[in-house]
Amino acid sequence: MQAVKSFFDTFLLTELLKGMKLTGKHLFEAKYTLEYPEEKAPQSPRFRGLHALRRYPNGEERCIACKLCEAVCPALAITIESEQRDDGTRRTTRYDIDLFKCIYCGFCEESCPVDSIVETRIHEYHFEQRGEQIIRKPELLAMGEKYEAQLAEDRMADAPYR
Amino acid sequence: MSAVVENTEKVSIEIDGQTVEVPKGASIIAVADELGIDIPRFCYHSKLSAPANCRMCLVDVEMGGRPVPKPLPACITTVAEGMVVRTASERALKAQQGVMEFLLINHPLDCPICDQGGECELQDLALGYGRSVSRFVERKRVVKDENLGPLIATEMTRCIHCTRCVRFLDEIAGTSELGAMHRGEHTEIGTLVGDGVHSELSGNIIDLCPVGALTSRPYRFTARAWEMTSHAGIAPHDCLGSNIELHQLRGRIKRVVPRDNEAINECWISDRDRFSYEGVVSEDRLLAPLLREGNQWHEVDWQTALEAVANALRDTVDAHGADAVGCLISPSATTEEMALHSLLMRALGSDNIDTRLQRADFRDGTSTEGFPGLETAFSKLDSQDVVLLIGAYPRHEQPLLNHRLRKAALAGGKVLAINPCGFDWNFDLAQQAIAHVGELPAVLAAVARVVAREKGTTEPAALAAWKAPTTVSSETIEKLAVIVAGEGKKTILLGALAEGHPAGAELRYLGALIAELSGAGYGALTPGANSAGAWLAGALPDRRADGSAANGLDAKAMLSDPRKAYVLHGLEPDHDLQDPQLAEQAFAAAEHVIAFSSWDTPALRQQASILLPLAAFGETAGTFVNANGHWQIFGGVGQPLGEARPGWRVLRVLGNILETPGFDYEAPDQIHAEVKAQAGEAAVARPSIENALTPLDASADMQRVGILGLYGVDALSRHAPSLQATDQAQPAEVVLNPADEVVKGLSEGDKVSVTQSAASQTFIVRFDNRVPVGSFWLPGGLENTAGLGPMNGPATLVAAGTSA
Repeated sequence: MQAVKSFFDTFLLTELLKGMKLTGKHLFEAKYTLEYPEEKAPQSPRFRGLHALRRYPNGEERCIACKLCEAVCPALAITIESEQRDDGTRRTTRYDIDLFKCIYCGFCEESCPVDSIVETRIHEYHFEQRGEQIIRKPELLAMGEKYEAQLAEDRMADAPYR
Repeated sequence: MSAVVENTEKVSIEIDGQTVEVPKGASIIAVADELGIDIPRFCYHSKLSAPANCRMCLVDVEMGGRPVPKPLPACITTVAEGMVVRTASERALKAQQGVMEFLLINHPLDCPICDQGGECELQDLALGYGRSVSRFVERKRVVKDENLGPLIATEMTRCIHCTRCVRFLDEIAGTSELGAMHRGEHTEIGTLVGDGVHSELSGNIIDLCPVGALTSRPYRFTARAWEMTSHAGIAPHDCLGSNIELHQLRGRIKRVVPRDNEAINECWISDRDRFSYEGVVSEDRLLAPLLREGNQWHEVDWQTALEAVANALRDTVDAHGADAVGCLISPSATTEEMALHSLLMRALGSDNIDTRLQRADFRDGTSTEGFPGLETAFSKLDSQDVVLLIGAYPRHEQPLLNHRLRKAALAGGKVLAINPCGFDWNFDLAQQAIAHVGELPAVLAAVARVVAREKGTTEPAALAAWKAPTTVSSETIEKLAVIVAGEGKKTILLGALAEGHPAGAELRYLGALIAELSGAGYGALTPGANSAGAWLAGALPDRRADGSAANGLDAKAMLSDPRKAYVLHGLEPDHDLQDPQLAEQAFAAAEHVIAFSSWDTPALRQQASILLPLAAFGETAGTFVNANGHWQIFGGVGQPLGEARPGWRVLRVLGNILETPGFDYEAPDQIHAEVKAQAGEAAVARPSIENALTPLDASADMQRVGILGLYGVDALSRHAPSLQATDQAQPAEVVLNPADEVVKGLSEGDKVSVTQSAASQTFIVRFDNRVPVGSFWLPGGLENTAGLGPMNGPATLVAAGTSA
């Protein structure tokens, strides 16, 4: 019986037709492929991209140099130096992240008691010179300023789950 | 004061199921600590009294088969026969958790910015005993901060009122500068008068504070406890050699904390040991070798600099003979550096090498028997019955030795002092003789006579050379001498004023004679951290490292009879020498002055011709031998700043350039081993009393009396900004007796100019009748005393108008 079925299948090209049917189905269905970089996939508010240091709405930097992010960083990518600022507050004098070392685990963001160090949605960047991979405090703060609206919105969206 | 009472009587108790025999009278917490059972505590500290005010150590106790109705504080509950203690029963735990909840009510949640974070006792215990969520919704208490001075930062809102700081200053430092005011929730720890904390041991309250209320001001916010690595070190300022831990981050020392050593510093260190590390990164560190050409200084590389040094030494030896070279070394240099200097000088053919920079009288030479130091172990000082201090103010010289003396005095021991002026002691002296500086030997001779009489021995004939003193009454001498002649454990200690005394040899001779007559131990509170090491390494004009005698020029002779070339190691010529004025003249006349220094100071630039950058404290490995003869080795922490290099390394290369045989050391331990092998079983030696000395003429001139200030003892502390901001490091003032002749027409706050040979300087006058007429107190090592004449010697005072 099996032999008879297989004989007819061979001559009537049923398997080819089955395959063509699947192909035809996908040909007219909506496509999965995104035309990157013209098209982009949606991102979660928890997306962990390039880092930024945030400021409070009054312009004061959030970071208080508690060094928890430095301590928790599994890749030892963060280097912080701190001192007492003239107004008596605890502030960083140096905040470096080595992006070659960073594994984007997001622990720094989780450990931060003041939501200062955050990871933005930016994932497209490159370096042209050796040494550029180390981003310093002014650059991190500038990032924070630039994307503050998005960052604040993302923190707000995630707040109920934290 | 230890809670573990030394009691031979034992009682049997059961603690957490273990049945143990413990000394009667001990507290439960001390017993538990001994057994390794952890009882949470905040206010209890084994070196302080137990006030039981934190209530964290509540434990469940059962006596005679019946439970005590309430949990008891383990720190003041003493053990008793048949007691059953449960430190972790449900009731004890509930009590501890309750206390913790109350403590956390008013404690701010600022751990991320608190310097104590990560090493906080409250943080640690809150993890074990605290609730995860606070039930307290009311407002938290806020307390205003008080300025306690340049060393201690406060954040009094964090205070949990354990009163450890209060008790430390009361019981250990003896200054009672802090107290608890108001009651209950309104309790505040403060100075009451807002005057700050000035104790020379004040830094210890930073370690004692279980929370972040008291933190180190220089260290403030610069590092975290968990990111630093800890390195064992030895404090470089006094002859105790306090054990310390250096906390290092990325090659820089961030702070210094004590390392427990019951035999030396217990669990404390002085502020000088704690905060002097700041000098290592001071802005005036010498970072590269410098050569002088005319009046211009040029930075050069090490090879050029060392060749210049070698040429200078060779040229001097060729032109003027080896005797024209002199070497002066700081008594706080490492034994290895001293040994190499000694070898180099001897290889050149000169014996002119000395570390006794503060000594004024060299008539007694160097003992060949053993090194200068204390016969009595530091740990035994607190149980002495009689301690006689001669020309000593240990509170400034060796703060932690003073703490031992204070313990002895509080335990009923009699501490006596014979000094050229009165000091602010933090304990009661049993008897004190304040004599005019010129009469100190005469007073000692008079004491020796009475001691001889009391002991029934014949009076040594040599004593006849000293006349009876006139500035001290015979009753005082009688009373003092009778105590010295009495029974018990006795020690005689000679301090910095005896070292720098113009007739210091007589004081040493008479001190040793009194020790001999009375059967007391003898001790010299030697200057610097390594005077004993200097003897062992042979860095002395009359003793080589191998023990053979030599006949070089001592520190004073080298300057009064100028040499053609000098090698200076680790000293600032305008501060560290007994007579900076004499030194300046000698160096000006010399052809070469080669200075190994960690700091670049104007005086060195003016007086030296070659400056070699030396690795500072913490950057070099080495050995200090303390006054009890303990060899204490320490390693380097991090890289020296700039081009600075450890002294032993520089000297080794210099030895190679000079083609000195045997200079192929690869590590300081090799030098250490060599010195140790040559020194053998050397011990502390007394000055010889065989050869009596004839008294010097007590000059009738106005005499300056002084020692190096508390924070001016060495270059390192002089370059530590926070120490220099303290009250003790403020510009020196001339302290005079109001009855003195020169005082006529002067009032307090007026200016007076002090002239010593060619140097003159103006100071503010203060009156104190503890300074004998005919002398005035003016310490050294402070900015405004730089370059004056001898710290102990004649001076002229002239009124210089009133201050603005």
